[in-house]
Amino acid sequence: MRELSLHILDIVENGITAGAGCITIAIEESEPTDRLTIRVCDDGPGMPAQKALNLEDPFVTTRTTRRVGLGLSLLAAAARRCEGQAAVATAPGRGTEVTATFRHSHIDRAPLGDMAATLEVLIVGNPQVDFVYSHRVDDREFTLDTRELKRELAGVDLGDPMVARELMESVRRSLRDLTSGGTPGPGRQPDVEAHD
Amino acid sequence: MSKLTIEDLKRIKEQTTKSTALRQGDARVKITVHMGTCGIAAGARAVMTALMEEMAEADRQDIRVVTSGCMGMCSSEPNVTVEILDEEPIVYQLMDANRMRQVFRRHVLKGEVQSGFAQGRL
Repeated sequence: MRELSLHILDIVENGITAGAGCITIAIEESEPTDRLTIRVCDDGPGMPAQKALNLEDPFVTTRTTRRVGLGLSLLAAAARRCEGQAAVATAPGRGTEVTATFRHSHIDRAPLGDMAATLEVLIVGNPQVDFVYSHRVDDREFTLDTRELKRELAGVDLGDPMVARELMESVRRSLRDLTSGGTPGPGRQPDVEAHD
Repeated sequence: MSKLTIEDLKRIKEQTTKSTALRQGDARVKITVHMGTCGIAAGARAVMTALMEEMAEADRQDIRVVTSGCMGMCSSEPNVTVEILDEEPIVYQLMDANRMRQVFRRHVLKGEVQSGFAQGRL
């Protein structure tokens, strides 16, 4: 994956496939500790601990269409090559929490990428699921809670492409402010989508 | 701590209430973008973004976009399935943003199946 935001999209889709109703995505970037932490929690059915133990094994999967499951293994590999690690905390009936840490300035760390696009795809593609997104850079924070949005925008369909476009413009602006608020320097460039 | 402000929300609401009020009827077209790990790694998010732009532009009330998981055809990702009411579903393979725009404008809006990209066709 070329961007961490694509890993996030992938892990969140796992939670949705598992039947979660609300998914929390938390990103923390800290300059003093030089860490980037990504946490994705869902309120889905959870997994037996045995499955979670094998998270880095691509041949462990619950899917039926094929025998390999790559999502978590790829995330764990990405974290590990940036002096970080990935962990899964889960129990049947308790939901699942995936955490991945990275050294923020590591040369192999992929850019966070276009988080606004990831959120847009998630919100439009899964109108029945709620998302809580929080992104902290040092002491600044941005949050987006679709439950709150649905309340404020009563009667407006968040999955509507027009609404989504407006919403994502705002999110993109806020995230740009958030990441450019610190001292510019290596690893602090505004992440932009680089492919194609 | 920053958030979307109430002003942002109000603006969004004003700008969109009109257009979405109409969008309540049953969907005639369903477009599924497959978003497994394989799809995402192959560029499904860019395909979906292009599709949403086209949707916003076309402003049609009877089209729904959904995402789903891997369909087992990982080597031809990104896959997109177009289902039009009373018609055979068509699976498009190896999609990118431009192919998606073409499929949307020609197939979804005009009914011309783009057989060059189609996988399952009669």
